[in-house]
Amino acid sequence: MGLYIKYFAMHLKSQMQYKVSFCLTALGQFLVSFSAFLGIYFMFTHFNTVEGFTFQETLLCFAVVLMAFSLAEMLGRGFDLFPRMLGNGEFDRALVRPRNVIFQVLLSQMDFSRLGRVIQAALVFVYAIPNSGVLWTWDKVVTLILMVTCGSLVFFGLFLLYAAISFFTVEGLEFMNIFTDGGREFGRYPFSVYGENILRFLTYIIPLALFQIYPLLYLLGRVTSRLYMLLPLVSLLFLVPCVLLFRLGLRRYKSTGS
Amino acid sequence: MKPYFGIFRLRFINALQYRAAALAGIATQFAWGFMEIFAFAAFYRTDPGAFPMAFSETVSYIWLQQAFLALFMMWFWEGDIASSITSGSIAYEMVRPADLYVRWFCQASANRLARAALRCAPILLVAFLLPAPYRMSLPPSIGQFALFILSAALSLGVVVSFSMLIYISLFFTLSPSGVRLITAVLSDFLAGATIPLPFFPEPVRAVVELLPFASMQNMPLRVYTGNIAGADALRGLLLQIFWLMMLLLAGRLTMKKALNKVVVQGG
Repeated sequence: MGLYIKYFAMHLKSQMQYKVSFCLTALGQFLVSFSAFLGIYFMFTHFNTVEGFTFQETLLCFAVVLMAFSLAEMLGRGFDLFPRMLGNGEFDRALVRPRNVIFQVLLSQMDFSRLGRVIQAALVFVYAIPNSGVLWTWDKVVTLILMVTCGSLVFFGLFLLYAAISFFTVEGLEFMNIFTDGGREFGRYPFSVYGENILRFLTYIIPLALFQIYPLLYLLGRVTSRLYMLLPLVSLLFLVPCVLLFRLGLRRYKSTGS
Repeated sequence: MKPYFGIFRLRFINALQYRAAALAGIATQFAWGFMEIFAFAAFYRTDPGAFPMAFSETVSYIWLQQAFLALFMMWFWEGDIASSITSGSIAYEMVRPADLYVRWFCQASANRLARAALRCAPILLVAFLLPAPYRMSLPPSIGQFALFILSAALSLGVVVSFSMLIYISLFFTLSPSGVRLITAVLSDFLAGATIPLPFFPEPVRAVVELLPFASMQNMPLRVYTGNIAGADALRGLLLQIFWLMMLLLAGRLTMKKALNKVVVQGG
C-alpha cells in the first residue's frame, strides 16, 4: 500500500509539470461527459420519462456509471496501455521485479486528466441526490456507495480483461470498447430500457446491470428486498475470470526478447 | 492535379492494409448502433407523439452515422500532419513543389474516404436486412438520394477544412491534445453526433442549425432520411457551400500567416 501511494504521488507530480496541457485535457474530458449530459437533458425536454424513469432518476444512473468508470479509468490506465507495454518489452522488466505483476501494471500508468469526468459526475450527483425523490436513509446511502465502488471494480475487471486478451492477440481489441466505453455511454440510461435480452446479457455475462439498474430500483423504493441492495457485491464475481485469464496469459507469455 | 491524385491513391492503399482491425471496428460500430437505436426506441415507446422525427428516420440516421463514422466525425485525427508540425519535419514538406494546404486537404479527405469505404459496405448491407423496426430504409426518391450524395461531399469538405484549422492552430500552440479534444467534442455535439439536431430543444436548435457544425454530418444524414427535403434541402446545401467557402478561406489565410513566420528549430 505504501508503494502504491508513492507511485500515486509520483504520477500526480509528473502530470502536474505541464499545467496548461493538463488543464486543457481535463477540461476536454469534462466536456466529453458534459456533452453526454446535455444529450440526456435535451432528450428530456421532449419526454417526461423513459420507461418509467424520470430525468432525475436517469441522472442518478448516469452519475453512478460515469463516476465508476472514470475512477477505474484514472487508476487503471496501465491496463489500457498494456498492449504497448508488451510490445516495447517494458513488461519484461516488471516480470523480474519481486512484486505482483498485476500490481505493477497498475502502477505503470495513471491518468489524472480523467478528473475532469470525475468532477462532472460529482456535479451531477450534487444535483441528482436531493432531486431524485429518494428518501436517503442509511441503507440507501450504503447502496449508492456500493454502486459506485463495485461499479468501479467491474470496469476495472473489464480493463484487466482487455489487458489479458492482449496476451493472445493484438487484433480486434477494439471490440472491447463496446463494453468499456460503451458501458459508460449506454449506462447513462437504466439498462432495462434496452430490452430484455440486453439486460439479461448485462446481468449474467458482463454484470454492468448489477451495480446499476437493480440497486437503483432499491434506491427508488420500487423493490424492498435487501437482495437488490447487495447485488453490486455479486458483480464482483466478474473479477475472478478476469484475473484467471490474465494469469493464463501470463503463463504462456513469451517475450519477444527486444 | 496529378500529384494530388497520387496522394489520394497512396493514402487509400495505406488505409486498406489493416483489415482485421477494420473487422473488429465494424463489429463494434454495429453493436454501438444497435444500442443507440434501442435507447431511442425506449423513448419512442414511452411517448410516440413527442418524438420529433419519424422513428424510421432516426434508425436510418443512426445506421448511416455508424457506416460513415470515419467520414464525418471530428475526432478522427490526422496524426501525420500534427506530428510533422510538432516535430519540424514540415521543413521537408515546405520545399516540395506542391501547395501544402491542398496537399494536406487531399491527405485528410483520402484517409477518411478510405476508412469509410472499407467499413460502410458491411454495416449498410446488414442494416438493410434487419427485421422491420430496426431496418434501414431507402431514401424517399432518386432525387433525394442525389442530394444526399452532394450533401455528403460538401459535408466531408466542411469537416476536413474545419479540422485543417485545428492543425494550423498547432503552429501557434503546442498543446495539441487538449485543444483537439475540446474542439472535437464541441463540434461533434453540435453536428448531431450524440443526438440528431431535431432532438435539441427548439430555441437552441434554431441557432445551432445555422452554425458551420450543422453543415457536417447533420445535413447529409437528414437529407438521406427525408427529414430535410425539397426547398429546405436546397437551402441547406447552399449553407453548406457557404461554410465550406468560409472555412477554406480562413484556412488559406491562417496557413499563409503561419508559414510566413514558421521557424524550424535546428537540424
